[in-house]
Amino acid sequence: MINIHEVIETNKMIEQENLDVRTITLGINLLDCAGTDLSEVNQRIYEKITRVAKDLVSAGNRIQREFGIPIVNKRISVTPISLIGASCCKTVEDYVTIAETLDRAAHEVGVNFIGGYSALVTKAMTASDELLIKSIPKALQCTESVCSSVNVGSTKTGIDMDAVKLLGEIILETARLTKDRDSIGCAKLVVFCNAPDDMPFMAGAFHGITEGDAVINVGVSGPGVVKKALESVRGADFETLCETIKRTAFKITRVGQLVAQESSKILGVPFGIVDLSLAPTPAVGDSIADILEEIGLEYAGAPGTTAALALLNDQVKKGGVMASSFVGGLSGAFIPVSEDQGMINAVEAGALTLEKLEAMTCVCSVGLDMIAIPGDTKASTISGIIADEMAIGMVNQKTTAVRIIPVIGKNVGERVEFGGLLGHAPIMRVNDFACDNFINRGGRIPAPIHSFKN
Amino acid sequence: MKRSVITVVGKDKIGIIAKVCTYLANNSINILDISQTIIQDFFNMMMIVDTSKSPKKFDEIAEELDQIGSEIGVIIKTQHEDIFNKMHRI
Repeated sequence: MINIHEVIETNKMIEQENLDVRTITLGINLLDCAGTDLSEVNQRIYEKITRVAKDLVSAGNRIQREFGIPIVNKRISVTPISLIGASCCKTVEDYVTIAETLDRAAHEVGVNFIGGYSALVTKAMTASDELLIKSIPKALQCTESVCSSVNVGSTKTGIDMDAVKLLGEIILETARLTKDRDSIGCAKLVVFCNAPDDMPFMAGAFHGITEGDAVINVGVSGPGVVKKALESVRGADFETLCETIKRTAFKITRVGQLVAQESSKILGVPFGIVDLSLAPTPAVGDSIADILEEIGLEYAGAPGTTAALALLNDQVKKGGVMASSFVGGLSGAFIPVSEDQGMINAVEAGALTLEKLEAMTCVCSVGLDMIAIPGDTKASTISGIIADEMAIGMVNQKTTAVRIIPVIGKNVGERVEFGGLLGHAPIMRVNDFACDNFINRGGRIPAPIHSFKN
Repeated sequence: MKRSVITVVGKDKIGIIAKVCTYLANNSINILDISQTIIQDFFNMMMIVDTSKSPKKFDEIAEELDQIGSEIGVIIKTQHEDIFNKMHRI
């Protein structure tokens, strides 16, 4: 039987070290809502989401009460909308009506974000992919909860540089249309390479076409718990350090697995995966940068940061894999800047630059995430940053992403406040030497040689 | 058998266990295990209980125990046992 020390340990993680389940995300297939009549498609989408997800929020709240573990977000991901709107959307405005429908449905069932206003371009854009991408600025301007993502490359297919070029412009346009709210639209737009089909975290979540009709994916959290555990092994060697991270990751993930199974049972929807990612929040003590500092760095960004992050990411996976029957999504450590107080401190101290963040993305689970840059950054420069990040993902056979926010009217040295989980961020310096001639070439970067494994 | 874990944390005083146990007895909740310890001057008690014979629902029990806790100045939490089993047992 369980003993008092184990009970105290668990409750201390929850009460003092910010252990929570970051999100229960219900993936919903919308392929059966497609058709040629736009208003009918909108109606079907609304009906299906509000029917399948009607008990999602109450199920989350019930699990929270019964197990005493906070479940921070209840969210929905849907099939990439460029597939659903392909035959009924002829204009940008047509696509925007679907975004508005998603927003209404999300509001009706009480979730805070709905992901999947997406296009899976990968090798080349279809006409509907291109139309959806062009509708993103307007869609993110006139909705609150809709999140958008575009997959522009993969290890198997290479990188569609036409889409990369277009997205540089789209990100700037989204920033302009939401400039009255510090360009917050861009915080809800992710550009991916090797996007996973089953990721529960926003803003990049969508319900991939490899998935079933509905699925429950759960994202755990717990940087604070790892940080606290590492405090007890200060000065110990790497073996002890790694073992401690692994053991802690196991415990965190077991909670995720329990929540996933329970919500699957209550909702009558199959359990998909647990995403093992350590996801920070702006709350003090809930930071990946704090873990890196605890490992032995003065600030995140100091020499040694990439190695420290690599071992953290690997141990989180090793500990988590055994704790769950199915692991998926991104599963690693997130390194968003604005959502992590330790990262913000590191940027403000001058320890962490965009280039170092790029290096860090080679060894962790995501990419350049929630980074505010000057609003006068050129579209081609943004495309260049995206291309670099996509190349890292393509060559290393991993997911990489860019969620970057050119804050209109602000420059290096200023700060931007997004509020809530999105946090606040200092505007970071961007290398502004030109890459126009590279971006303007057009076409596709071929898949790397090691992708030909057949 | 539906097992739950009740934890009581707060400043030690006379009658905490009596108060909680009276409530459990009145609501047909059986105590399977009970242990206590003092951590940093704080009284920590844990009970493993079986609620399957209680006429009350889990939510109701949790809420009423929480209420008793605030009356006597301690924090009482009720959680399903599974979260602890999952985390600490393979």
